[in-house]
Amino acid sequence: MSGTIATVLAADGINVAKNVGFGIIAFAMIFAALCVVATKNVVHAALWLVVVLGGVAAQYILAAAEFVAISQVLVYIGAVTVLFLFGIMLTRARIGTDIGLFNSGWALGIPVAALLLGVVGWAVLDYTGDDVIANQAPTPTVLLSDAYLGPYLVPFLALSFVLLAAAIGAIVIARKD
Amino acid sequence: MLALAVEIPYWGQSLLRVVGGIAAVLLPAGTIVYLFLFKMMSFMQSRLGPMEAGPYGSMQLIAEVGKWLQKEDIAPEKADVHIFRMAPIIVLVSTFLLVAVVPFGPQAYFTNFEVGIFYALAVGSISVIGILIAGWASANKYSLLGGLRAAGQLIAYELPMVLAVVGVVIQAGTMNMQGIVVAQNTGEIFGWGGLGFPFIITQFVGFMIFMIAVQAELTQAPFDMPIAESELVSGYMTEYSGFRFLMFFIGEFATAGVFAFIASVLFLGGWGVPFAWFGWETLADVPGWMNVAGPVIMLTKMLLLTFLIMWVRFSYPRFREDQLQTFAWKFLIPLALANIVVTAIIKVAV
Repeated sequence: MSGTIATVLAADGINVAKNVGFGIIAFAMIFAALCVVATKNVVHAALWLVVVLGGVAAQYILAAAEFVAISQVLVYIGAVTVLFLFGIMLTRARIGTDIGLFNSGWALGIPVAALLLGVVGWAVLDYTGDDVIANQAPTPTVLLSDAYLGPYLVPFLALSFVLLAAAIGAIVIARKD
Repeated sequence: MLALAVEIPYWGQSLLRVVGGIAAVLLPAGTIVYLFLFKMMSFMQSRLGPMEAGPYGSMQLIAEVGKWLQKEDIAPEKADVHIFRMAPIIVLVSTFLLVAVVPFGPQAYFTNFEVGIFYALAVGSISVIGILIAGWASANKYSLLGGLRAAGQLIAYELPMVLAVVGVVIQAGTMNMQGIVVAQNTGEIFGWGGLGFPFIITQFVGFMIFMIAVQAELTQAPFDMPIAESELVSGYMTEYSGFRFLMFFIGEFATAGVFAFIASVLFLGGWGVPFAWFGWETLADVPGWMNVAGPVIMLTKMLLLTFLIMWVRFSYPRFREDQLQTFAWKFLIPLALANIVVTAIIKVAV
């Protein structure tokens, strides 16, 4: 088994440093993700989530997707987590151990998570097969914008419309006082 | 043309970038505190300011830093100690992350990121997390209120800031900071290149929105509701002392300096001089001595902009919380959106 890994790593177009980096970041992300569900304090859970989301951004950078990585930081760390923390602190945020954080059906989550891992893993392995994903330079942002303002314009507009509808809905609900 | 013909090896460049990054954060912070916070504020209030330590009190900073460093590192008894200790580090780290994309010369940059300005806006929002958890972990009502006010304010003013930058990005046609500098210095005003084409001329509305948003992001008066001494006893910073308070303090003024750097890149032409002066055509023609002159130019522009920030800070009374939110959501954001629409129409039409 270890022999095959060594031959794969020695093949052309494999960036060993990138793979090692991927492994380290992935390990940190899994550890942080376990802490999110295992910690006994809601604020700590939100902060561990920051580590997980930051890890995702780092993986995007390794995959040479700079624009997506920075969007990840801006949207998830800068906005979503801050909203989480904001909401938690306005409602229930005591320091120390919180009680009643685990609901009675927590064990059900384990088979669901395992199933999801299996399906996603199978899909990825089935798609790539024995192919080696080549090293590539970061995609220029101009190409990205050309793609979603050209061939993908209609889905882009449809998504914008859904978001606009959600925003207007939020305003309508909030004004009902 | 005088060329700086030194070949610096890769490790040397990396070392220079690390040292330069630390200098680019700490030097502006010290300069701003001494020049503006100590001396200019004193002048405006008809007093002398610090005069004892060194000539004209110039060694006062060293005395202050020494004082903070030797104080005991205290955490309140009921605080969440780990989070409490982590918070100022997050705030300071976000400042260091911010300076990483600012170019100071043709080769004197820390990293030449394709989507530089987008990155700066993204990591600038990380400090909000540090401020929020500092307020929460202190186990103090005033701190929690200050943290929540700060978060509400920073979220509200991040939006006009991002939208103000969009106008510049449309005009320059790139999000790369180096590209924005080159676009301004190779530009011409009606065929005359003697001044380049600093974007403050066409993006003056964007510049004003950006500077107001910076003022709010830094929680400087008149936007100092989150740290209002008279009602919240310094808000999220109440419980901090010693070097952790020092970190918040350095973070505040270093971020002022870094945002001024970013504003001078976006609106004032950055490190460059108009390329027409020396007959340069592209970035590749710019000789090596600009790597030395560039940081000096940037520092001058930074001081000019932080002078404006501090002038406003010392002059205006505090906004009320509702005025503050109304100003951002009902005035600045619509104005910034209108600015984007007009810029886009002109860009396509011309």
